[in-house]
Amino acid sequence: MDKTALNRYFRNIFLFLIFCFGVWAERTGYIEEMAYYQEDVIYLAGEHLYLTLVSGGLAVLTGVPLGIYLSRPKMAQRAEASMQLLNIGGTIPTLALLALAMSVLGIGNNAAIFGLWVATLLPIVRNTFTGLRSVPAHMKEAARGMGMTPGQMLRQVELPNSLFVIMAGIRTALAINIGTAPLAFLIGGTSLGELIFTGIAVDDQAMMLAGAITTALLAVVIDFALGLLTMAFVSRGVNPLRQRTA
Amino acid sequence: MITLDKLTKIFDTPNGSITAADHISMEVPTGEICVLLGPSGCGKTTTLKMVNRIIPATSGRVLIHGEDTSQMNTVDLRRNIGYVIQQIGLFPNMTIEDNISVVPKLLGWSAEKYKKRALELLDLVALDPAIFLKRYPSELSGGQQQRVGVIRALAADPKVMLMDEPFGAIDPINREVIQDEFLKMQKELQKTILFVSHDIDEAVKMGDKIAIFREGKLEQYAAPDDLLAHPANDFIAGFVGNDRTLKRLQLVTAGEVMQQNPSMVTLDQPLDEALQLMESRDLEAVTVVNREQKPIGMVRREIAQVHRGSCRDHHDGLPTVIYQDDDLRSVVSRLYRVDASWLPVVDGEGYLQGVITQRGITHHVGATYRTQA
Ligand SMILES: Nc1ncnc2c1ncn2[C@@H]1O[C@H](COP(=O)(O)OP(=O)(O)O)[C@@H](O)[C@H]1O
Ligand SMILES: [Mg+2]
Repeated sequence: MDKTALNRYFRNIFLFLIFCFGVWAERTGYIEEMAYYQEDVIYLAGEHLYLTLVSGGLAVLTGVPLGIYLSRPKMAQRAEASMQLLNIGGTIPTLALLALAMSVLGIGNNAAIFGLWVATLLPIVRNTFTGLRSVPAHMKEAARGMGMTPGQMLRQVELPNSLFVIMAGIRTALAINIGTAPLAFLIGGTSLGELIFTGIAVDDQAMMLAGAITTALLAVVIDFALGLLTMAFVSRGVNPLRQRTA
Repeated sequence: MITLDKLTKIFDTPNGSITAADHISMEVPTGEICVLLGPSGCGKTTTLKMVNRIIPATSGRVLIHGEDTSQMNTVDLRRNIGYVIQQIGLFPNMTIEDNISVVPKLLGWSAEKYKKRALELLDLVALDPAIFLKRYPSELSGGQQQRVGVIRALAADPKVMLMDEPFGAIDPINREVIQDEFLKMQKELQKTILFVSHDIDEAVKMGDKIAIFREGKLEQYAAPDDLLAHPANDFIAGFVGNDRTLKRLQLVTAGEVMQQNPSMVTLDQPLDEALQLMESRDLEAVTVVNREQKPIGMVRREIAQVHRGSCRDHHDGLPTVIYQDDDLRSVVSRLYRVDASWLPVVDGEGYLQGVITQRGITHHVGATYRTQA
């Protein structure tokens, strides 16, 4: 069984489990109870998405250039050390990160966005860096030997050939981001965390589930959208999901 | 013309410095292929890459058509030199058309012009544009990729090409085919080419000149036949191999060695005329031709001596014929296979042009040795 077939297999199991969960939710009356929170869910999902898109967008806009910068030949000496530093940064628990952000930026969305930005940055920088570094040396030499400037080489050869890996990093990053955004509630940010944590606090299962399920749904939708973007922007010649060989 | 003038490269490594190229001086005339040949690590690639400044020279100069390349803009220099590497280096994110068009685009050609050029070049290597233009490199076989690598280097019609073991990654059968194809193209294109190889057979086949390298030094620079006939030292003699005389055979065509104005008889001539001819010229056999002067058989002397009648009734078939353009190696191989001491030589249309004999071949190969001694 090849890799895509295996993926399909797991996806089907996953869909089946969701279906079972839906049946269970209907039977126990949770669906009805959750519908009660519909208005909150819609509003908070919007806010949640706002947090994610702003902090995630910032992470892409900063992480990709940072990854590119670290992958340049002139940085070769310092790049590994910088990546280690980022990795260590990545081990700071997100909650601690949010607490730190709050202590500097105060309570509210700004602190949340900052915390989420930091939490999201690492996978993007790491994938951009490793993606660019894994472009084979001979391919870059061919580009150089044909008379490309470093900028032309980056745009025409290096980025297109590592875009799949970079996109994978962005997908991971946004999945982390959406999953972490509920914590923003704890430092005064507005997100689906409001339903989840309040639901837990007042022991209202339906309220908690309404928040949790919507968060999961958002994650799936965003990942799907990024999957489509990957298919659209990664050249067929280097997309491992679209290989036909001679 | 490419001129290397005391070209030197010293790599500084943590384990001390390595002299990869040591005062290399040589000249490649316009329109010729010069093969840089030698064992692995002898500095061929380093020397090649100093020409397009992928590796900066420690000292010495490279001149292209008399112009010092160190005075030129590096990017412009490279865009005007075709570059082919062993790993091919096609860009997997680009279609074949885009790969071929890289340098033309860098040079600012119009879309119309570079698209037309891509079509032309695919035709040149017999890859159907309808099939291949929009394919990606991963959808091509190794041999097809290698061909695209070569035509990509030819795209902007550079006068000078650098090729680093360009056919090294292909299986031997395909390699022969691509080599032949390339030589045919080169006959028309007349590029000035530096070609790295570690394979003496490839060097003899492809090179107008061969430069033998050893540990960063240029040991001998000569035409293949010269190199094989007169290796300058034991290292070179060892490198070109004990069978170097046999290798020389592939450098010569049958047409160059055959005896012209061959003796022949027609089918209707009487046998005793054939016998007279053989006796007067001291031949063991004579070619029989039809009315169109195409060889169809031979009459042996011992048969003509004991029989009467016409050649038509007493000739034997020819085991095989040799074409003028066949190289001597294949001629010798066929002479041995059919156990013949001579065979008629024909031109492309099949008309008799001469005969080639084992003695004539031996004499030809020996001639270079005699002039030297
Ligand atoms: N970038 C480099 N740094 C240090 N030494 C090198 C470098 N490139 C090549 N060399 C050394 O230079 C010598 C010649 O290498 P090269 O020109 O690649 O040989 P060839 O192409 O003939 O096999 C070798 O000893 C090799 O190890
Ligand atoms: Mg080499």
